[in-house]
Amino acid sequence: MIELDNVAYNYGGGELLNNVSVQLSPGAFYFLTGPSGAGKTTLLKMCYGALAPTAGQVRAFNMDVRGLDRDQMAMLRRRVGVVHQDCRFLDHLSLLENIALPLTVSGRDLAQEEDNLRELLNWVGLAERAHALPPELSGGERQRAALARAVILSPDVIIADEPTGNVDWEMSQRLLRLLVELNNMGKTIMVATHDLPLIRAAKNQVQARVLRISNRQLQLAGVDL
Amino acid sequence: MILPSLQNLILGDAQADRVVPPSGFTAHLTLFVSGAMAFLTVFALALSIASGRLADRWADELAGAATLRINAPADQKVAQTEAALAILQQTPGVARARALSREEQVGLLTPWFGADLPIDTLPVPQLIEVFSADPPYDATGLRLRLQAEVPGAVLDDHTRWREPLVEAARALRLLALISIVLLGGAMAAMITLAANAALAANAQVIEVLRLVGAQDSYIANAFIRRFTLRALSGAAAGVAVGMLGVWLLPEASEEGGFLTGLGLTGWRWLWPLVIPPLGALVAFIATSRAANKRLGDLT
Repeated sequence: MIELDNVAYNYGGGELLNNVSVQLSPGAFYFLTGPSGAGKTTLLKMCYGALAPTAGQVRAFNMDVRGLDRDQMAMLRRRVGVVHQDCRFLDHLSLLENIALPLTVSGRDLAQEEDNLRELLNWVGLAERAHALPPELSGGERQRAALARAVILSPDVIIADEPTGNVDWEMSQRLLRLLVELNNMGKTIMVATHDLPLIRAAKNQVQARVLRISNRQLQLAGVDL
Repeated sequence: MILPSLQNLILGDAQADRVVPPSGFTAHLTLFVSGAMAFLTVFALALSIASGRLADRWADELAGAATLRINAPADQKVAQTEAALAILQQTPGVARARALSREEQVGLLTPWFGADLPIDTLPVPQLIEVFSADPPYDATGLRLRLQAEVPGAVLDDHTRWREPLVEAARALRLLALISIVLLGGAMAAMITLAANAALAANAQVIEVLRLVGAQDSYIANAFIRRFTLRALSGAAAGVAVGMLGVWLLPEASEEGGFLTGLGLTGWRWLWPLVIPPLGALVAFIATSRAANKRLGDLT
């Protein structure tokens, strides 16, 4: 699916990541953990092409990400659902329109997708908030809406950056359940988090692999978290 | 590439229109600028058409007509007129020559001396209209011959005073055309600035659209469509007001001379209707360039 081969990233003030190699296999569930500032977000951004590695190669769906032009990059983003740390909505559009935005920009007919949309809203528990504007939503509602938007195009890979960063324990459990359900449907999931209790909770529900960034390297973490 | 995108632009996409937040300020600026430019263009266009018409008319008459004036004592006037007409008829390159009748000469003098002019008591010269053929007669040769046989005849082929007027009219038309080009350029510049401002103000929106997989063309079209339609409607309003203004100008008339000939006549009224689509095209190109440049700078 997505492959990082000897990847390094350098922000200009020394190397943040070095010699990182990982292969996301279809249907697997990954946690990416590490201290703040270790490069979790950077690593995720390289996975969906928002950042180009300073060394090494990133391959997504058997294409070298570096060689993609802007239109091909847009196509790649449609195949990878991303839940951003700060969600990123269009504040002048309703929640429903925001969730449908990937459909809109890829030229799909919204009328035909109405059932899908309603089902998705019910799944994330936001049916009643469909016409609210993003600034009116709570942190948990925003995260669930972002997840709904990430999966609306039915991508093969879902990448979530700190999806439980701003929500309470109960809400993070709920988000985790949604991600596990997606994983059960065969999606590859990659969740960056520094929330270790969440990872422990997940281990009861899913066969998750934990990747840890430390000393600029990526390691497969042991079971003893 | 332009044709399908133009088609998209006209058909539009209600959903795509909503993704860019409505922006009152730049919208009003674009409307105002394109309206004002279209209004001014109507006048520049009317001026260029009218001065072109004048230049052509004067140039035609300059090439085509001359006046022979016979200043002779009253008893010789008729004889000299006949002699001059005879010479003119023999001259190659003269299509036609005609002595003005007494009534016509009175008519020419009326504006200066009133209708009750006792013309017979005045030493008014006899005028002969000379129309040249193609190729025209040789004015110098004709003058020499007339000098010898009709001493009182003076040939005035109008060159002296018509030529500067024709030149002035042509220069006026050129200035009007340059003004139209400059107005279009100024409009393009202002719409580029407005589009850049709108793109900068919506940087967050563009980023979100890129993140959810929008292609550059989709994002660009959302802006281009908006600016093109604004320019079109602004220019349409400007042209309507401008045409009303031109219509209210006094009509071209004999009495008013050339200054009143500045309006539009007949099918020429269709010319200003070209302005709104042209303005829209200018906006389309300006916004396309601005959007593509800006989007290219983003990741």
